[in-house]
Amino acid sequence: MRDFDYIRPATIPDAIAAAAEPGSAYLAGGTNLLDLMKGGITSPERIVDISRLPELNRIERLDDGGLRIGALVRNADLAYDPAFAKSYPAVAEALLSGASAQLRNAATVGGNLLQRTRCSYFYDTASACNRREPGAGCDALDGENRLHAVLGWSDACIATHPSDFCVPLVALDAVVEIEGKKGRRHVTLEEFHRLPGETPQRENALEPGDLIVAVRLPAEAASFSANARYLKVRERTSYAFAVVSAAAALVVDGGKIRAARLALGGVAAKPWRARTAEAVLLGADASEATFANAADAALADASPSGDNAFKIELARRIVVRALISALSGTPERLPALPASPFSNIPGARHDA
Amino acid sequence: MTSLPITLTINGHRHELEVDPRVTLLDLLRERLDLTGTKKGCDRGQCGACTVLVDGKRINSCLALAVSHDGAQVLTIEGVAHGEELHPVQAAFIAHDGFQCGFCTPGQIMSTLGLIAEAQAGDDPERIREGLSGNICRCAAYGGIVEAVLEAQQQLVKADRRTAA
Repeated sequence: MRDFDYIRPATIPDAIAAAAEPGSAYLAGGTNLLDLMKGGITSPERIVDISRLPELNRIERLDDGGLRIGALVRNADLAYDPAFAKSYPAVAEALLSGASAQLRNAATVGGNLLQRTRCSYFYDTASACNRREPGAGCDALDGENRLHAVLGWSDACIATHPSDFCVPLVALDAVVEIEGKKGRRHVTLEEFHRLPGETPQRENALEPGDLIVAVRLPAEAASFSANARYLKVRERTSYAFAVVSAAAALVVDGGKIRAARLALGGVAAKPWRARTAEAVLLGADASEATFANAADAALADASPSGDNAFKIELARRIVVRALISALSGTPERLPALPASPFSNIPGARHDA
Repeated sequence: MTSLPITLTINGHRHELEVDPRVTLLDLLRERLDLTGTKKGCDRGQCGACTVLVDGKRINSCLALAVSHDGAQVLTIEGVAHGEELHPVQAAFIAHDGFQCGFCTPGQIMSTLGLIAEAQAGDDPERIREGLSGNICRCAAYGGIVEAVLEAQQQLVKADRRTAA
């Protein structure tokens, strides 16, 4: 690991001033940053440790019925907060389907949004990667790419965003609260992450020094609590990134869909909000036929970026199944294997 | 970069240390303090061999900078037993053959202590397996590990009841 200066500012303005200097990186839980530093994928000259900044580790109900989650709230603390899990069950399920218990105890809300892709060519410094080194090329294009993007990719980059947490968040209209040199601003999570285009190195809306201070959920997000699920296909039962995942949330009245939210994970460089599918669902019968139409709409623009055409059909089926799960109702208690497609089978063993 | 002063309480003992900011908690334990019970497996947060409790919570010590945990309470495998008397989790791992080569075992035991303290898994083997999925055992002693966790948890609940009574 390259040498770096370590500073631990006492206030948010001090942190922003320090991090605005070139070569700086914020450190919170460190679960992704240290991994990247050990691999030489990123080599900050200055680490700005924000893990003790005051007031960023709170979960607050807002007067307008929304929720404000401090950027330093740990993944496990959020997922196991009973009031949070009751109001936003798909978000809790997504959190608990990600990483391991040890990582969830360290990883933070803000850090989850900022985690880097797990594309193996991004991680391998001997490979060409436009995201790591702009203009270098993309070895994933002709490489092992069965897990790469099927939506929103470009010839410059076909990597996916690895977060589970962000998938239900983007479906529920989450907003990122950012403090920077020019003050505080709000950016919707949908606009926060960027598609690669010709500049895959520009991954999000942050400017130098910008600090995520909170993630907000609007009041309406809790209205889906009775019918909201996250479903995630992995290459092993637990502790693996999504091949494809989906967050589905419905409000159903008299067999008709009164409100619908749908987002996909593992398919693009950002958590993918499927708005055209939501339009198909709205006002339609809550039936499998409707869900299949919605799935077709969600994947209408998908195309393989390599040996991954299977992910398009897989995503369709995951969308349908996530919607069926949401329709059948949020379970009283999260299943033993959160978000697993195997956990609906009573008494079955899923690890053999 | 010059070294920075930190204080850590490790297994009940206070240590005042000067550390290079690049040093992970794992390397500090093993290389500086000779607490080599905590193992370095992958060193990238994927195997769980380096699991310790920091302020009561299990984390991967390989992905924690020591300077960032200044002031923390750390519990490692060396601090689990009471003198010569094994902790119930340690005893249960032996009783149920919860290991073969033993390399992952300190991490498995520390992770089990975290799992029991979190109280989310109960006595459901599926929830225990899921809760320990961050600890890989390449000898695949998983069957014995789950039995050990179930028994240790029962022993600890009984002990709690005795204390309460």
